[in-house]
Amino acid sequence: MAQKKLAIIATKGTLDFAYPPLILATTAAALDYEVTIFWTFYGLQVLKKNRSLKISPLGNPAMPMPIPMPVLVQALPGMESMATIMMKQKMVSKGVASIDELMDMAIESDVKMIACQMTVDLFDFKHEELMDGLEYAGAARFFEVAQEADITLFI
Amino acid sequence: MADTTLDAKGLNCPLPILRAKKALKEMASGQVLAIEATDPGSAKDFESFCTQTGNELIKASEAGGVFYYEIRKP
Repeated sequence: MAQKKLAIIATKGTLDFAYPPLILATTAAALDYEVTIFWTFYGLQVLKKNRSLKISPLGNPAMPMPIPMPVLVQALPGMESMATIMMKQKMVSKGVASIDELMDMAIESDVKMIACQMTVDLFDFKHEELMDGLEYAGAARFFEVAQEADITLFI
Repeated sequence: MADTTLDAKGLNCPLPILRAKKALKEMASGQVLAIEATDPGSAKDFESFCTQTGNELIKASEAGGVFYYEIRKP
């Protein structure tokens, strides 16, 4: 049987949204899929060598809060950092992998990473700021991958 | 009797599966991997993992919040 293939487009760069592409990619690799993730727009933040991903309660009314918090309070300086620290602590206590760990496991299991060159230019990112071993390409390259894939996800 | 035992207690999705996959990779055909986990989602996940990868789930049980699995590598 031919190897199954998964293609993911990852467009988001907050701590919470860095999880779905990496969880699905590592799990699919464990299920013997050949996996490619095309990182574009804010997703590029996840590829940074020194990534510091944050979570924001602002504009995110579904985020469970320890105590009810008015939107104006959520907008105060330092709230984003606090929410990020609390979320990371919660993840450690629940045995949830960190993004660094998941990224390492993805690389270890040969998940192919493509960075969108257009958004790299748009945000003035340097290739040196991003992880080694990335391929830089555009939309046409994604379709080359996607047309071979059994599953394609946009996240 | 298991050839290798994996302690995945306290780990959450997808770590038990990823660790199990890694352990199986090191093992020989016909050997059995025992896994202990506390993630309640692992029950369905190990079933699905085995269905999709051709590994055989030969035992799945739960006692006092700890899930126990035995998987035979094909």
